[in-house]
Amino acid sequence: MATRILDQTFDPWHAFAQHQQSHAEANKFGATATFVGTMRDFNDEDTVQSMLLEHYPEMTARYLEQLEQDARQRWDLLACLIIHRVGDIHPNDPIVAIACWSAHRRAALDACAWLIETLKHQAPFWKKEMRQQGAYWVEKNTEG
Amino acid sequence: MTIHVKFFASLREKMGHAELTLSSAASAADVWAQSTDSATPPDNMLVAINLEYAQLDDAVHEGDEVAFFPPVTGG
Repeated sequence: MATRILDQTFDPWHAFAQHQQSHAEANKFGATATFVGTMRDFNDEDTVQSMLLEHYPEMTARYLEQLEQDARQRWDLLACLIIHRVGDIHPNDPIVAIACWSAHRRAALDACAWLIETLKHQAPFWKKEMRQQGAYWVEKNTEG
Repeated sequence: MTIHVKFFASLREKMGHAELTLSSAASAADVWAQSTDSATPPDNMLVAINLEYAQLDDAVHEGDEVAFFPPVTGG
């Protein structure tokens, strides 16, 4: 399973390249679709200085693995990588990185879009923003 | 009989603790009631039993882990 939960910052582009280069079927890859979510320094017209990302460790691990399995069943993927941060996060830090590899573009693009939307609505992570006006638990996803 | 109860994020802060144990409970709603002096659960609260999403009226059993948390906001 290619899912990781990290408590330190990471370089998503390096992770994608490394995953592709080390994959046994890399010669069959014809399409790579990626999504990287990074931390903004604003929300609701307030400045956000940093963020604490909490999770339910046993459930998030299981959920990310389940998401990867579901994506592989729905689309003809050759490889898939899902990385999510927890802990203290600062503006411009990556929060989530998803890559899907397939022989043709449609499967990779559709699976990647589905994975980030499903992860945001189902995986048990919570953001607590440290705003200029105080700490604030985010309790709703943005529309997209 | 032991039921393991966990709270996360804003609910954990409101409760003042991350986990507790109960000696018996019939449903997730019963777990919530016993853990909070029968406080009204928040409308948007989510429930998981043994790491799977569940409903408040779902039954709980010996050794189950029941978690309560606000809407998820990862990604």
